[in-house]
Amino acid sequence: MSFLRFLRGEAHSARAAKERLQLVLVHDRADLPPAKLEALKDDLIAVLSRHIEIDSRAVRIELTQDRDQQRLVADIPLASSRARRRPIG
Amino acid sequence: MAARVVTVTSGKGGVGKTTATANIGVALASAGQRVVCIDADIGLRNLDVVMGLENRIVYDLVDIVEGRCKLRQAMIKDKRLPDLHLIPAAQTRDKTAVSPKDMVRLADEIRPDFDWVVIDSPAGIERGFRNAVAPADLVLIVTNPEVSAVRDADRIIGLVEAEEKGPPQLVLNRVKPEMVRRGDMLSTEDVLEVLAIQLIGVVPEDESVLVSSNQGLPAALDPKSRAGKAFRDIARRLNGEEVAFEDLEARDGFFGRLSRLVRPGGAS
Repeated sequence: MSFLRFLRGEAHSARAAKERLQLVLVHDRADLPPAKLEALKDDLIAVLSRHIEIDSRAVRIELTQDRDQQRLVADIPLASSRARRRPIG
Repeated sequence: MAARVVTVTSGKGGVGKTTATANIGVALASAGQRVVCIDADIGLRNLDVVMGLENRIVYDLVDIVEGRCKLRQAMIKDKRLPDLHLIPAAQTRDKTAVSPKDMVRLADEIRPDFDWVVIDSPAGIERGFRNAVAPADLVLIVTNPEVSAVRDADRIIGLVEAEEKGPPQLVLNRVKPEMVRRGDMLSTEDVLEVLAIQLIGVVPEDESVLVSSNQGLPAALDPKSRAGKAFRDIARRLNGEEVAFEDLEARDGFFGRLSRLVRPGGAS
C-alpha cells in the first residue's frame, strides 16, 4: 500500500496532520492568527519603506517555535541598487 | 492518607473523557483503592450510565453543594466494587449552580476517607471546566490523534498551566495502530512532540469499549479488553508503578502479522 502510494506520489496524511497542527498551534499560542500577522507585515513594510528601500514583495514574516520559545522571524530583502538602476520596461 | 484528586478533561467533546474517568475509577477500585468518581458535567449527566449506576441516583452534586443532603447520601456505591463510589451530576441544573470554591470544599470533605477522587470534566473551557479543575492535584488531558482534538488539548494545557496545577499528563485515546502504521494517523510520538507533555496512557480504539458502555460495565473490568488493559495500566502509573508502554503498533496478534506479510509493501 505505501509502495503504491509512493508510486502515485501521495503523501501520508499523518504527516500533513502534524504539519498543519504545528502551524496552527504556533499561531494559537501566540494569539496571532495568520490574518493579523499579514496586517503586521503590511505595517512593518510601510514603516521600513520610510527609512530604507526594500523589496516589499519578497518580505517574509513568520512565527516559529523553538521548544518553549516563540519567535517572530522576518526576512526583509533590500531592493538591490542594480535593480533600481535598471530601466523600467 | 488523604485522597489525590485527579481531573479528567479535554477541551474538545467526544474524545472519551467520561469513558476514561469511569475506567480509571474502576481500575483503581479493582486494585483495592477507595475511589469517588464525580460527574462535574452539570446538565449533561453521563458518568452514571457509563458506570451502570443510573438507576440508583437519589441525590446529586448540586444537592450536596446546596445542603439538601449529606455527602454520603449522594454517593452511590458500586455493586461490583464496594470501594467505588459515584457522585452524579445534576441533570436539570446548569454549570452555574456550582462554583470552583464549592468543588474545592467538596473535595476537601472527601479527601480524608478515600484514596482517589476522579472528576469527569465537561467539554469546553468555561465554568464547568474551571469547576472540575479547581480541586485537582493532577490533571489528565484526554485527546485523540486528530488535528482538532490535539489543538484543543494544547489550549487546555495552557489553561491548566496558568492555574498553576502542575504539569498535566496525557491520555491518548482511540489510537488505531493499523492507521498509524501506514502513516494515516498521528503517532503517539507525533502528539507528544507537538504538545510537549508527559504521557500517562495510550488507549487503542477498541469495540469492547462501546460494548462495555452499552452494558454499563466499564472495559477495565474485562480482562480480555485491550482498552481495559490500557486503563488498568494508567491506574497503576497513577499509583506510582513503572509500567512500560505497550507498543500498540507492533502488537496485533497472529492475523495482523499474517496480513502484513500478505499485503504487498506493508512491511515498513
